[in-house]
Amino acid sequence: MSRIGVFVCHCGTNIAGTVDVEAVADAARQMPNVAYAGTNKYMCSAQGQDYIVDIIKEHNLDRVVIASCSPRMHERLFRKVLAEKTDLNPYLLEVANIREQCSWVHKDKQIGTPKAINLVAMAVAKADCDTQLFTHEIPVTKRALIIGGGIAGIQAALDIADAGFPVTIVERKTTIGGKMPMLDKTFPTLDCSACISTPKMSECEAHPLIEIKTLSEVEKVEGYIGNFDVTIREKAKYIDYDKCTGCGMCETKCPQKKIPSEFNQGMSTRTAVYKPFPQAVPSKPTIDADHCRMLTEGKCGVCAKVCPTGAIDYQDVDRVTTERYGAIVLATGYELIDWTRLYGEYGGGRYADVISGLQFERLVNASGPTEGHILRPSDGTEPKTMVIVKCVGSRDPHKGVPYCSRACCMYGAKHAHQFMDKVPGGKCFVFYMDVRTPGKNYDEFYMNTLHEGARYIRGRISKITRRSDGKLVCLGEDTLSGNVVEVDADMVVLETAMVPPEGAKKLAQTVNTQLGPEGFFTEAHPKLRPVETNTGGLYLAGTAQGPKDIPDTVAQAGAAAAKVIGLLCKQSIESNPMVAHVDDSKCSGCGACVDICPYSAVTLVEKTLRENSRKVTRTVAQVNEGLCQGCGACTVACRPGASDLLGFNDEGIMREVEAYATR
Amino acid sequence: MPRDNEQTGEFTPKILAFCCNWCTYAGADLAGLNRMNYPADVKVLRVPCSGRVNPQYVLKALQSGCDGVLVCGCHPGDCHYSTGNYYAKRRMMIFKRMVEFAGLSPERFQIRWISGSEAGKFRDTVVEVSEQIRALGPMENDAPSRAAIDAVAGTVASPEADEELFAAAKEAI
Repeated sequence: MSRIGVFVCHCGTNIAGTVDVEAVADAARQMPNVAYAGTNKYMCSAQGQDYIVDIIKEHNLDRVVIASCSPRMHERLFRKVLAEKTDLNPYLLEVANIREQCSWVHKDKQIGTPKAINLVAMAVAKADCDTQLFTHEIPVTKRALIIGGGIAGIQAALDIADAGFPVTIVERKTTIGGKMPMLDKTFPTLDCSACISTPKMSECEAHPLIEIKTLSEVEKVEGYIGNFDVTIREKAKYIDYDKCTGCGMCETKCPQKKIPSEFNQGMSTRTAVYKPFPQAVPSKPTIDADHCRMLTEGKCGVCAKVCPTGAIDYQDVDRVTTERYGAIVLATGYELIDWTRLYGEYGGGRYADVISGLQFERLVNASGPTEGHILRPSDGTEPKTMVIVKCVGSRDPHKGVPYCSRACCMYGAKHAHQFMDKVPGGKCFVFYMDVRTPGKNYDEFYMNTLHEGARYIRGRISKITRRSDGKLVCLGEDTLSGNVVEVDADMVVLETAMVPPEGAKKLAQTVNTQLGPEGFFTEAHPKLRPVETNTGGLYLAGTAQGPKDIPDTVAQAGAAAAKVIGLLCKQSIESNPMVAHVDDSKCSGCGACVDICPYSAVTLVEKTLRENSRKVTRTVAQVNEGLCQGCGACTVACRPGASDLLGFNDEGIMREVEAYATR
Repeated sequence: MPRDNEQTGEFTPKILAFCCNWCTYAGADLAGLNRMNYPADVKVLRVPCSGRVNPQYVLKALQSGCDGVLVCGCHPGDCHYSTGNYYAKRRMMIFKRMVEFAGLSPERFQIRWISGSEAGKFRDTVVEVSEQIRALGPMENDAPSRAAIDAVAGTVASPEADEELFAAAKEAI
């Protein structure tokens, strides 16, 4: 016979507004095994916690039910209260969710109160079956893995490594750096993007605790917080980096020179053996196997002949390694939406002078294909009239994505500024839906662009056609005046939406975490746990979590690094005690649980058991509590019913079902 | 709790939803956060994973007074425990056929996949299932099948039956 205390929270009026909390407490007093029931304005506050602690002692309670917000919100907090301030085992606690799943979804007490009573009755029934659970210590591997080597990954890596922990960056391209080195200037300060990002790249390369794996992808992740076994495939580079000095001789002699450069957004060409840009890290070239004549046709071999150190190795193969890490940071970044596929009305990619914002960045950049001169890709002349179209793909649920990409308003203003700065007398028209410039010095920057003469027109471009004289006729509407607007432009820049990178879904499955509906990784809590995921030891940095600009990305990367450092500083962490447990006396050793376990946490072992005063040696299942994640799949598969899940035991759930069904 | 609304005499169904902690339970929380409104007929029972739902629980619910049962988990491929929802799907599909064979209306036992971000889908599901069960009326309407359900329950081991068998076996040894 247990002595259960039921604590009903008002949560101000959040709960008390639609649930008669006193009536719930009254009803709880009538429930079996309930020794005390009471209410408090805010159960999670210091006073609320003290109230729980005092009542537990005063009434000698041995189980606690808290009827409050979702257990996903404060279950941990209440467990901590029990563990630190009472003699009760923290797992003798149940939370009845009467806020998110009751008071917030119903409008009056007539409906809310009986439902809350039902939910409390279920929790009381389950609490009666709760048992004491004990955690044990799991060692923490003091190394971190960063997936993605953009500015988010670089910042997180540097912060973690500077704290003294080894870091590995896995990058799938040939260099780290991501999109930032491609940009020309960054808003709102207009400092040179490459000048602030490439030093960080070389800092990573030079850091004794940072290992960089380029052309690499994570294939498999096993294990759990503190101990992830990660399998990484490092693709063949066909160059021995130990021998290569990065002299660049191979690049100058490579006969395959017509490959579109990814770094310059297809506006210039590169060779088959290449370094994407001079400051690339690692500062050594790679052979592009799809275009190399030696690797595709078996003849050429020029680079091998000219290489002074004999570093070229056409027989190079992928290297697959498995290593253990304590924490993983996902910094996989974004891609730009493929507007050519979606926006036929903007030419669908048929007009060379309709370019994306990232292409404009390369055009205006001194190291870009035009050495910083804004020239039309079609004929190399300087455009006199430029049209910028914002929200291409963003905020367009029909064709693109429903969300706002956050950075485009600002870099759109920056593009307008740069155009007017570099083309004297140039006219710039910006078609916009709304101008959103929250951020330090952001609105000032936008206002400045306006004062410089950029013409902002509220409305979308409905069609772009190319006239025989090469002008791009942009037809749109000024929704503020209601007039149809037609602009004869020399060049059009589309500020396109940020979308999750290809492979994000596969990676989410590999690392075992969730994606939101738009395909970005989901944080554990949008406000209070913004860089953590629901999977322990897995953190988010940058645009992997959602569109954001560079300052926010860097800030979030630092926050993720702080979380990782916090974890790696610990000698050990507490295990999750809610794991499967096998009753040896019932286990028949059939092994159904072994086959079903996704973590290989169950094994069959020979055990000597005492059964009816006799010693018997039998094969029984044994759960490795470190590996078990507590999903409970094995418990259902168990034929003799020997396997049960601690914290969610069969009896508890059955009683919970019964409490609701018979009430 | 009264089965019929005292004022209107309207039937209020009892529906139990087993929701996995990582997806559907989070989706239900999000529905609350967004202040979505839905009928109170459905109560959520939290389980770590849809793969934790033993068909016994569903039987217990249907036997002891629920008018409908929902099992909800992450979308295929998105399970927090990688494969739990696949097991749940296979188990529940077979079990559903058994329940239907016993003569119960198929709407009384349903399986749905709702992610942590699909608050709207959670609300829509609750509304839809609640309407379906209201249309079917109380479990007693499927009365002839009640005996069949008990028979089905008899074929699935329950912890109590296990204990009894175990005790008997112990005795025999």
